[in-house]
Amino acid sequence: MALLEIQQLSRRFGGLRAVDDVSFSVPEGIIKAVIGPNGAGKTTLFNLIAGNLPLSAGSVSFKEKRISGLKPFQIASKGISRTYQSIKLYLGMTALENVMVGCHTHSSAGFLAGMFNLPWTWKEEKQIREKSMELLSLLDIAEFADTEATSLAFGQQRAVELARALASEPELLLLDEPAAGLNIYETARLAELITKVRDRKITVLLVEHDMSLVMDISEEIVVLSFGRKIAEDTPHAIQTNREVVRIYLGEDDDA
Amino acid sequence: MGLKKYIPIPILLLAVVAIQLTTHYTETPFYLTQLTMSAYYALLVTGLCLVMGYAGQISLGHAGFFAIGGYTSAALTTFNFTPVKDHAVLRFFDKFHLLMTTEDMFGDILLNFHPWAACVIAIIVTIIIAFAIGIPVLKLKGHYLAMATLGFGIIIYRIVLATEFFGEADGISEVPGFNVLPGVSVNGDFDARIQNYYIAWTLVTIGLVLLLNLIHSRVGRALRAIHGAEDAADAMGVDTAGYKLNIFVISAVFASIAGIFLTHYNGGIGPSEAGVMKSVRYVAIVAIGGMASLWGALVMAVGLSFLSLRGMFGSYDDAVFGAILILIMLFAPDGLLRLHYLDKVKRFFRKTEDIS
Ligand SMILES: Nc1ncnc2c1ncn2[C@@H]1O[C@H](COP(=O)(O)OP(=O)(O)OP(=O)(O)O)[C@@H](O)[C@H]1O
Ligand SMILES: [Mg+2]
Repeated sequence: MALLEIQQLSRRFGGLRAVDDVSFSVPEGIIKAVIGPNGAGKTTLFNLIAGNLPLSAGSVSFKEKRISGLKPFQIASKGISRTYQSIKLYLGMTALENVMVGCHTHSSAGFLAGMFNLPWTWKEEKQIREKSMELLSLLDIAEFADTEATSLAFGQQRAVELARALASEPELLLLDEPAAGLNIYETARLAELITKVRDRKITVLLVEHDMSLVMDISEEIVVLSFGRKIAEDTPHAIQTNREVVRIYLGEDDDA
Repeated sequence: MGLKKYIPIPILLLAVVAIQLTTHYTETPFYLTQLTMSAYYALLVTGLCLVMGYAGQISLGHAGFFAIGGYTSAALTTFNFTPVKDHAVLRFFDKFHLLMTTEDMFGDILLNFHPWAACVIAIIVTIIIAFAIGIPVLKLKGHYLAMATLGFGIIIYRIVLATEFFGEADGISEVPGFNVLPGVSVNGDFDARIQNYYIAWTLVTIGLVLLLNLIHSRVGRALRAIHGAEDAADAMGVDTAGYKLNIFVISAVFASIAGIFLTHYNGGIGPSEAGVMKSVRYVAIVAIGGMASLWGALVMAVGLSFLSLRGMFGSYDDAVFGAILILIMLFAPDGLLRLHYLDKVKRFFRKTEDIS
């Protein structure tokens, strides 16, 4: 059964077809990559799935229910979490607090419970804090828990973002260029992490320019070019797909 | 764990008592009047601090909510409803014993709302109006939100100024005291001065505890996340629109309660309380207090309101607050009480907490 089903999805910006009639599905439990040259529409595709942008046509279904048209927070609470190509951490909050916000969907203390500091919320807060610390440790950044997240080094900021996304215990994780700006060691560690995440039964949809990372860890690849899907196959088949090589790999062969 | 946030509360209470005792021994009890009024303004300002500093929204309409509370309570407890006492609406309220009769000095029977009933009705009215305004307006951001809330403030101001029921330019006077509990009455009587000082500061303390709790809760974290990166908060499942609306309404209720109590304390309310310059003043106080600092907002609200009420700014009163706003925005957008030594103190406490 496909976890995510994208059908004839389109998004126009004026005359530009940023995503043009794209259909594919993401089966449960795999790592699937979306690749394509700059401006191919990969980030736009993520924004459509996560509800950040209204779509022009088509539909997105998650667990066989239509999610297109829902607000981002509703989609998030259904079990889709994401990271951003341009990191978006909460200004003025520590790394730990950033990750704790990630626990929002799986906790419930509201305005009244918060204002009256009801005893049952203490336990919830403690759990949130512990879980967030564990995630920071998992990503090797526990020592920066109390540092303001936006003042961390680039790679660490990416790690905080990933921890935050994992804190929401998503069923589908959308990663938009998670390796951008990382050195080779960090990238290798990331590859390991993403595989570990997949082993925890979290399905991963990954946008990435780092071809060796993509070919190493993903089970299926979708190729976009100028908003259109030009191929969808296994990594091995994609590497030998003539159109892909011509349109994408051919013009960017040092990738 | 978690008690650290209350540390300043006993300090505040000690200061409150110390100030009262000082006025007693220096025979300057008249200061208590302005300190009581300042406390109510502080209640409003701390509520606004959550909207501005934590959720990152601005409201130039909070004097409007103060006025809605004050005017509703004043009108219901002061207007003589005897001529319309057989109206279905009044009979409805009477059935629940929400009305009371008093005799004026000419022996005429006056029919008014009980202050508690008036207070609850005023708060409900505030909540309804805050939702009605907040739902469309909070979709806006930045300057647009500022302008829209400003528009709301102007509307409230013109309404109280133009409505006979609200006393037009004279406002409402001879508002009775508010017997909050048996023996505890909010009024401006000379011998109730000390009691009222403590009533006001009790209310401020309760308000502060509620807001401190909220800031340090899951909701407070979500509000700060909205401030820090709104779409990323949304992407983590925070209902950003709903949260902004709720905190706006809560702060409106704080403003309204401040208006209700201050009106009973002063024995009246006039249109200047609804004025736009008042709203600007509250925003300026939150800004100078450090935006996201409840304690900064509290200290600045009390200090500046006190000076203003003592007439220290003379006829430049409003100009002073305008100037504060400009200077803060130019030179200290993080507020005055955010100097580096404070950070050091904070770090010190953080370390000691880690060890424990
Ligand atoms: N909000 C927007 N308004 C107008 N045009 C946009 C907007 N967002 C994206 N575009 C355009 O849509 C196209 C696809 O952009 P998108 O960011 O999705 O590409 P991408 O595949 O993520 O590229 P990259 O690899 O550089 O991240 C580009 O031409 C871009 O300029
Ligand atoms: Mg992109």
